[in-house]
Amino acid sequence: MTLTAPSLQRQWKKPPFIANPWLRWGLILGGSLYLVLAIASIDVNWARVYEGLERGWKFILAFSQPDFFSRSRDIVEGMEESIIMTVTSTVAGVIISIPIGLGAARNIAPLPVYLICRAIIAISRALHEIIIAILMVAIFGFGPLAGFITLSFATIGFLSKLLAEDIESMDRVQAEAIRATGASWLQWINYGVQPQVMPRLIGLSIYRLDINFRESAILGLVGAGGIGATLNTAFDRYEFDTAAAILILIIGIVMALEYGSGFIRARVQ
Amino acid sequence: MAVSVNGKGQRVWALRNRRQQLLRWAAWFGGTAVFVYCWQFISDATTWFFVWDAPRIAGDILGRAMPPRWSYIDQLWLPLWDTLNIATLGTVIALIMAVPVAFMAARNTTPHKVLFRWPALLIIVSSRSINSLIWALLLVAIIGPGVLAGTIAIALRSIGFCAKLLYEAIEEIDPRQVEAITATGASRWQVMTYAIVPQIMPSFAGISVFRWDINIRESTVLGLVGAGGIGLQMQASLNILAWPQVALILIIIFIAVLISEWVSAKVRGAII
Repeated sequence: MTLTAPSLQRQWKKPPFIANPWLRWGLILGGSLYLVLAIASIDVNWARVYEGLERGWKFILAFSQPDFFSRSRDIVEGMEESIIMTVTSTVAGVIISIPIGLGAARNIAPLPVYLICRAIIAISRALHEIIIAILMVAIFGFGPLAGFITLSFATIGFLSKLLAEDIESMDRVQAEAIRATGASWLQWINYGVQPQVMPRLIGLSIYRLDINFRESAILGLVGAGGIGATLNTAFDRYEFDTAAAILILIIGIVMALEYGSGFIRARVQ
Repeated sequence: MAVSVNGKGQRVWALRNRRQQLLRWAAWFGGTAVFVYCWQFISDATTWFFVWDAPRIAGDILGRAMPPRWSYIDQLWLPLWDTLNIATLGTVIALIMAVPVAFMAARNTTPHKVLFRWPALLIIVSSRSINSLIWALLLVAIIGPGVLAGTIAIALRSIGFCAKLLYEAIEEIDPRQVEAITATGASRWQVMTYAIVPQIMPSFAGISVFRWDINIRESTVLGLVGAGGIGLQMQASLNILAWPQVALILIIIFIAVLISEWVSAKVRGAII
């Protein structure tokens, strides 16, 4: 390219993020139009919001003096139930999601098995935990069993999908080498596939433990056990100091779990 | 190399030595014991009669729910629009607030390691550990039921997620580009716009679409605590045991989530 005088006088401009101008302006226009429509369709009762600000301020103040003691029995029982549901459902979910994960990997499973397993994963991932919890409470009655089944089901969707993707991207050479020794299907899975996906599976299971604890905190809202019921009652009675105490406990446990899981994952991988 | 001795006194290859085997055995034993103890607790808290009866109840509910009441869909368009708005506006608000938090939390851009980074990390962890339903519960108590409470709940929950992924992206940028821009004598803000922002722009777009997809799923249930969206209709239908309506709502939610997942996958595919 030869440099001519006009091109030297042109100033450099930052290239836009979306190169196609039609797409860029279309997105900007469409986006702004949508934002205007969306914001216009929200009707807000400003008087109610203004009244609420005082309560909101009280809630923030409550964090400076959380009340762990006046409802300590409810808090301890709820937390115990949450933790127990988390542990059992993670274990059960991991055990069930391994065969489903194997079935959902296209390079291992035949087509019919693959489709069934993918359908299970899609349903489990599309429905929010709380919807499943409502159905489970209707079927199995109130209590931690409904929460346990809900969390296990949610774990299956999460873990099987990631496990299947991991198996699909594994190294074929190692698996073939095991097969060449005349190994049976089970031996092939155990010595050819399992060692390749194990570190990630352990990491994901621990991460899921963390998620399950966070989710177990809301299942109580629909009667499926855990700390959520206590929290809901505290909000309903405007006992913000107790609610603050519960929230601080949840944040603390999640932080501890996250730190612990980071430590274990770093050691495994 | 671990070996074991067989009956004839020959040495055979083994995967693990004695100590490793014992350790593994102890870990499995401990894990099983914890699981059994926890299961015992759940079992005690369960009315087993209801559980044995469950297949019949499930069949009964399914029988009542089928066929879904298709005509009810006329009343669902507005709640669906609300659900979309809660998810989208919530994501937009969250992104606006997540950007400064992410720049404060990233080691290479934070103004101060303790004064700014730690508060930012605290914001991220508190926002991430508290579920959007709990935020919604709290906001409904504070500012009253409605779409606004749902939008803010989604926004508060998403700040941590977006800021965490964004600050990890900022920490992974190529420092040479930053150096090159700094060497031209650029100010702090110019370095930001010409060296850092272009590098994180793709991950920023990816994160926002990814979170939007998750938020669609979450906003479908916010109505259960009164924070607007299609969940309100579901709660109303559940309260009057109108199972055909519940079935229709579940189908609609399923389709909406599939569409949002498809859109998000397409957009992320186009960026990467």
